Amino acid sequence: MEVKINVNGRVITDSVDADMLLLDFLRKHGCYSVKCGCETTNCGLCTVFMDDIPVLSCSVLTVRANGHKIVTLEGLQDEAKEFIGFIADQGAEQCGFCNPGFIVNTIALLRENPNPTDDEIRAYLVGNLCRCSGYNGQLRGIRAFLDYRDSRKE
Amino acid sequence: MTEKNLKVVGKGYRKKDSQQLLLGKPLFMDDITTGQGTLVVKLLRSPHPNAIVTEINTAVAKKLPGVAAVYTWEDVPKQRFTIAGQTYPEPSPYDRLILDRHVRFVGDPVAIVAAENEKAADAALKVIKVKYEVLEPVLDYHTAKDNPVLVHPEDDWKPMVPVGGDNKRNLVSAESHSYGDVDAVLATCDHIIEHKYHIRAVQQAMMETFRAYTEIDRYGRLHVISSTQIVFHLRRILSQALCIPKSQIRTEKPRIGGGFGAKQTAVNEVYPALVTLKTGRPAKMIYTRKECQICGSPRHEMEVSVRLGAMNDGTIRGIKLYTLSNSGAYSEHAPTTVHLSGTKPLPLYTGNMEAYSFDTEVVYTNLQAAGAYRGYGAPQGIFAVESCVNELAEKIGMDPTEIRLKNMVREGMVMPAYYGHTCTSCALDRCINRAKELFNWAEKYPVRDMGNGKVRTAGIAMAMQGSAISNLDVGSATLKLSDDGTYNLLHGAADMGTGSDTILAQMVAECMDCEPDDVAVLSADTDYSPYDSGSYASSTTYLTGKATEMACEKLKKEICQVAAGMLGCSEDEMKFAGKEVCRLGTDQKVSLKDVSYKLQANSNNSGIVTVSHSSPTSPPPFMVGMVEIELDKLTGKVDILNYLSVVDCGTVVNPNLARIQTEGGIAQGIGMTLTENVTYVDGKPLEDSFMQYKIPSRQDVGILRTEFEESYEPTGPFGAKSIGEVVINTPAPALAHAIYRATGTWFRDLPILPEHIVFGKQPFYDKE
Repeated sequence: MEVKINVNGRVITDSVDADMLLLDFLRKHGCYSVKCGCETTNCGLCTVFMDDIPVLSCSVLTVRANGHKIVTLEGLQDEAKEFIGFIADQGAEQCGFCNPGFIVNTIALLRENPNPTDDEIRAYLVGNLCRCSGYNGQLRGIRAFLDYRDSRKE
Repeated sequence: MTEKNLKVVGKGYRKKDSQQLLLGKPLFMDDITTGQGTLVVKLLRSPHPNAIVTEINTAVAKKLPGVAAVYTWEDVPKQRFTIAGQTYPEPSPYDRLILDRHVRFVGDPVAIVAAENEKAADAALKVIKVKYEVLEPVLDYHTAKDNPVLVHPEDDWKPMVPVGGDNKRNLVSAESHSYGDVDAVLATCDHIIEHKYHIRAVQQAMMETFRAYTEIDRYGRLHVISSTQIVFHLRRILSQALCIPKSQIRTEKPRIGGGFGAKQTAVNEVYPALVTLKTGRPAKMIYTRKECQICGSPRHEMEVSVRLGAMNDGTIRGIKLYTLSNSGAYSEHAPTTVHLSGTKPLPLYTGNMEAYSFDTEVVYTNLQAAGAYRGYGAPQGIFAVESCVNELAEKIGMDPTEIRLKNMVREGMVMPAYYGHTCTSCALDRCINRAKELFNWAEKYPVRDMGNGKVRTAGIAMAMQGSAISNLDVGSATLKLSDDGTYNLLHGAADMGTGSDTILAQMVAECMDCEPDDVAVLSADTDYSPYDSGSYASSTTYLTGKATEMACEKLKKEICQVAAGMLGCSEDEMKFAGKEVCRLGTDQKVSLKDVSYKLQANSNNSGIVTVSHSSPTSPPPFMVGMVEIELDKLTGKVDILNYLSVVDCGTVVNPNLARIQTEGGIAQGIGMTLTENVTYVDGKPLEDSFMQYKIPSRQDVGILRTEFEESYEPTGPFGAKSIGEVVINTPAPALAHAIYRATGTWFRDLPILPEHIVFGKQPFYDKE
């Protein structure tokens, strides 16, 4: 099937199988930040924006993305750069394999809720699994970023 | 503690790869091997736990469009090998073929398919016709030894070192250790605590599954890019499995998406390697999560039996330990993991220990083969012994922190249960006192009824591990002076996300009086890295770190030598001072940059040094874990409120990275204790996806707090010991302790599920 999908601001036209997952389509077109960790929609590693809503690209067929706007971490580099240093200051990126999904979903969280409580952060990101960090370092990093952001506003 | 005046070591530098990782750059195996024409490799797997392939027809599969090759047992070398990443000769007996007629667990490979794409490979798997002679399986490890059904009846089963095994008895290995007359000591004790504990074959569940890429390189050699912790062992394993010389193989690792010991075993590299050798084409194999769950390399299931003897005043005088370990269908890491189930818990109680005995047996069964997982047998033994100590404390009405302070190992003690080594660095007593204070133990430990059906209380455990395998592991560092006065560090250990590349660069920066940014690190590749056993056994900071420190001293000498030549004086007159080399007693100096340019013009010096290092001891890091839980008596749900870790890893090289190592280990330990279940039905694991196999989410771990109580290890780099493994050992006993406080029931089978808590019993517990 012919699809036309806007990926990170560039329109890609391609002929795809009806059962091709958006995850595989994105990797085929060079978005290597998008990772697969589980195949059962449990891990959150493959999170991307579809029309500004975070979705699991392993559970979206490519044909369903036809005509839609997809943004991966490749298309969010500037927004990501604002706060990833705070994660790095904790050492919480660790192996890094789950980072892209975590970063994309954190951007989604902060767009929806710029002033989340710790519990709101845990709840929003609960579907982003990480086996290395124990999660607390990621939370401390996000909190440090929010504190820094707020201190600059004042 | 030795006086320290460190500038770079001890600071929380960012990981050198942090920006690249956090921005999602293509750094992992599947991101960097995107060339056209790479074959997709998949395996047809046995549906039976024990069977002989009597007939296999691949004719139809081979004719399908897009299928490049199909291989069966007839197409592979007939030389047995092990896929355990261990120093040669490996303690794990050679019991594998790439494909065997005799399949020994549900998931054992029967055929290898290589195809142009995944769909063609899947189609081929469906049309391979196999006839099996189905045999009775050995599924219960309690009855495996001397069972008439043999998992490995073959005559070419080959132990490389004597480990007490016998394939004609389903025995992988057996050992006995003792000190003093433990039965006599136990006979005169006031209290005996005696129980069995059961730990399952839990999965490492690293986010990046097993994967490898293979191609023929520009010199016609096999080039392997694998997500592995053990590049050098992997090269040897491939050489043995494929019967080709090591000079014909190059293995390297890119960034690794987590390892935790799983990737200390060459789980799937042999399959694409065989395809590339046979077809000459690039090949790639990526395990699905399901494959990781059913044919990975999980923790060894163990049943640990403890008999602990103590006096009314809490003096622990003797422990008798017997561990039965289930290796599954193959022997990877089996004789060595079981060893740690005794050598890690027993030395913790050196204080008043008069005698101990420690016996092990490891058996083959027709289940998924186990391997190496963070802790490597220690979590099993520590869960058992620490639980017994907590039970003793409860029984005699003594505070569990006091009973530990009374009996624990302390600096300077000789540890009979730890190869007779002297404990050269230990802050365990300080850890426990600090933990009591930070955690507010006196307030948290009592059971508090919250008035809503929920109770709050706390539990404790302590732990140790090692730092590298003594008298065996090798760490090496090659340090080069670059022509602008910066440095290149080449090593063969594997940063699997831990940050070891960064802490090694910090060590260079400390020694060479520069910044970590001035040190470029590259690892690991069998062609350019100096030999390293690999990143396992908590070895990299301690061993590769020491080699790095030593390499710096050696390079400084060479730099002084070159500078002396430039000034026409003797080397002894020169002093290395970071950016320059000074001639003592004069104002003459040579800049480091000029020294490095000198190496490129009319030079007989290389400016490159390599140092290898082994250690006669494996100094233990120590820690204390305290957990506060809230338990819902109606539903049995356990919520972790706080988990405090106070860790003695010697000098902390990078507190941020050490903290994350700790918290990650605690989270894995929590998963093993509360949610990660492994249930076999007819030899098949039910929990074969993250849908069923529940690793903790960020709502399941509570607030983790980590503090360090430093000791100074004289044999470690800058006084450092290890951190990676010790941190997984305390959650199981600490949580079981807290759950006992809340419910009055000791649970001895992991995981402890809500239904166990509600009904007050467990399937295994009932058997006892």
